[in-house]
Amino acid sequence: MKINIKRDVVVEYEVDLHNKTLLEVLNEIKTTIDSSLTFSSGCRSSVCGSCSMRVNGKEVLACSYHAKDGDLVEPLKNSEVIRDLVVNMDRAYSFNVRAKTWQSSTATNVSLTQEDEKINEIQSDCILCGSCYSACPVYAVNGEFLGPFSLTRVWRYVSDKRETDAKEKIDTIQTNGVWDCTLCNECTLVCPQDISSKADIEKLRARSSMAGYMDPNFGSFGGGFFSGDDGSPSF
Amino acid sequence: MMKNNIIVVGAGGAGLVAALNAHASGAQVIVITKEYPTRSQTCMAQGGINAALSNAGEDSVESHIQNTLKSAHGLADEDAVRFLCEAAPEAVEWLDSIGVPFSRTKDSKIAQRTLGGASAARACYAQDYTGLKILHTLYDRCLAAGIEILSERYLLECLTNKDKNSASYVCGVSVLNKRNGEIEVYKAASVILATGGYSRIFHKHSTNSVSSTGDGIASALRAGARLSDMEFVQFHPTALRSSSILISESARGAGGFLLNSKGERFTNELAPRDEVARAIDEEIAKGEDVFLDIRHLGAEFIDGELPQERKLAKLYENIDPVHELIPIKSVAHYSMGGIEVDKNSSTIVEGLYAAGECANHKVHGANRLGGNSLLELVVFGKQAGENAAKYAKGFNKELEFSEQKSSSEKLIQELKNLPNEINFYEKHDLLGEIFYKNVGIRRDALALKDALTEIKKLIEELPFMGVGDKSKECNTNLIEFIEFKNMLELSELTLISAICRDESRGAHFRADKPYEDNEKFRAHSIINRDGVVSYED
Repeated sequence: MKINIKRDVVVEYEVDLHNKTLLEVLNEIKTTIDSSLTFSSGCRSSVCGSCSMRVNGKEVLACSYHAKDGDLVEPLKNSEVIRDLVVNMDRAYSFNVRAKTWQSSTATNVSLTQEDEKINEIQSDCILCGSCYSACPVYAVNGEFLGPFSLTRVWRYVSDKRETDAKEKIDTIQTNGVWDCTLCNECTLVCPQDISSKADIEKLRARSSMAGYMDPNFGSFGGGFFSGDDGSPSF
Repeated sequence: MMKNNIIVVGAGGAGLVAALNAHASGAQVIVITKEYPTRSQTCMAQGGINAALSNAGEDSVESHIQNTLKSAHGLADEDAVRFLCEAAPEAVEWLDSIGVPFSRTKDSKIAQRTLGGASAARACYAQDYTGLKILHTLYDRCLAAGIEILSERYLLECLTNKDKNSASYVCGVSVLNKRNGEIEVYKAASVILATGGYSRIFHKHSTNSVSSTGDGIASALRAGARLSDMEFVQFHPTALRSSSILISESARGAGGFLLNSKGERFTNELAPRDEVARAIDEEIAKGEDVFLDIRHLGAEFIDGELPQERKLAKLYENIDPVHELIPIKSVAHYSMGGIEVDKNSSTIVEGLYAAGECANHKVHGANRLGGNSLLELVVFGKQAGENAAKYAKGFNKELEFSEQKSSSEKLIQELKNLPNEINFYEKHDLLGEIFYKNVGIRRDALALKDALTEIKKLIEELPFMGVGDKSKECNTNLIEFIEFKNMLELSELTLISAICRDESRGAHFRADKPYEDNEKFRAHSIINRDGVVSYED
């Protein structure tokens, strides 16, 4: 099987492996052919988020993608490439701080039902692999956009009964936040955990509207109190 | 002189809990990790965290204590176990208070399930993503507290000085910045190691992340700390046969069966892990294949409670456990042994603390109970953080170690200059095969001694190994070589400890001595850097 890997230039490697994960193929290359090939990995079981990269233009976890002859493997987009398939995730991670993705204070004696728990069950499956930042066309042009995983994380806490100051969370995501998303759904398509940040952003928009915020884009379209086709509510 | 600052090495559960508690105690904290926070081994914990809450049937702290002691085969410190189990309800309550999305019961309590060796449904869980959800919530808490986390720094050494009475005290760490290849030295009044276990010695025969290479344990040893109970490595009964990826014990807790090729059950699926792993090993030795059967639990239950197990079985074994049997084997999973610490989580090196899997708090003894490792990282992470902060506050010694940076630089240069005539990756494969075969579920004196001869040969060959990649920036080849060196160092000590323990106890099963020898060996093994083993209560 031939695999093409984007390093300084695209390099073709040939390995005698079939029906293996891309991570196994990369390990085979590194341990037997070219020890300088650089990539990250961890759990091998798609739960740590270390080995996110792109194959034929689409974000995948190397440990859960089965490599095919002729695949083109590239690093994630929209992040500084440190070397080969390793990118610097610090910037994407920093949006968690800016979006204040935590519970405002410790909660006591808040009882959650099974229904309460289901509200953010999927969102709390996020592994911070960064695939969504790579796929996001808004983040590609606006490096200040809070971005998909941090907004999903905000929804996780905002939707939780233990959060006592949801308003502050909503206030934090108005600039370079929920209204900047174009709802293109690219983040959903690449998420290895089946999370839809787009859907979470829509829910955050609804909460924002309830808190008295308006879509700032409406003004420029001459709109006002009409619902856009983006799912935000009209009133 | 720097007062009041603490370095935490490792950003898994234990490291983040330690950091939060040290911070809350007034210390200045920096967390250093060789990966990113949230990518540690903790995210792979699936089953749950033990606490006697009686949310799903009657339970008591005393039962938790007794189950833990029984599973430890006489090798746990009863006071430490009591401390752990008594602190458990509060630990879970704290996790709940910071937002961990635990699964719930119909009456709105934290849901609990039964794991092996437990007399009650005691493990609090969040589907089968318990570790992941706890870890990420802890990370968010650290962000809220403004704790500085430095990613992609690889620990080289714990730095020490000697005081007037020539006692060693810790004064910082040296790390390799993975990105730019520079050696960085961080001075600190206190250092907390939370660096995980060493099960990757078993390489492909381990459930662990590729990062579980024992770096912190090896560096603690070099800094003068003692290691204990190194011979005890737990094998998890159910890993996927072709990839060694973990399938949670909760699958058996919910009623899953273990079957052989004839479709017969052959053991009590909910016995402690050492017993189940041995039963599986015996079947495989007879030529049987072994399977986990959860088909009868039904799709709705599996998708609700065990979604990750279904995903992993599909992805890595190409079978759907709702309709098919899951082929499994037992592989290395957890290091019971590690850095010896006292009841304050302190090592014998002043100012050096340890928590989590890298540490030996003597609560697991010869065999850990499922659900007790997530618990230990909360309980002892807190203890380590608080005590390190207290120590750092009163710290008044010198932090001078100008030579140590240049010695780390020299080491890196020497490693790069090695001839690389022998491929160390091939030798890591070999190390894993030797350990799985000779130092695994079933051991005997001859096989252990053979393994030791092989390991010594590998150590002699080290000067002929090396790295092909000489670059400075982001040299993962170099870091993997240093990890391999750490594993070799710990392999030798594990083997010597296993040879000296001339009996069977828990996870250390000696086919040539298939009984417990309480007169001689109901004691913790301590091993020093020269490989000398002694036993202490």
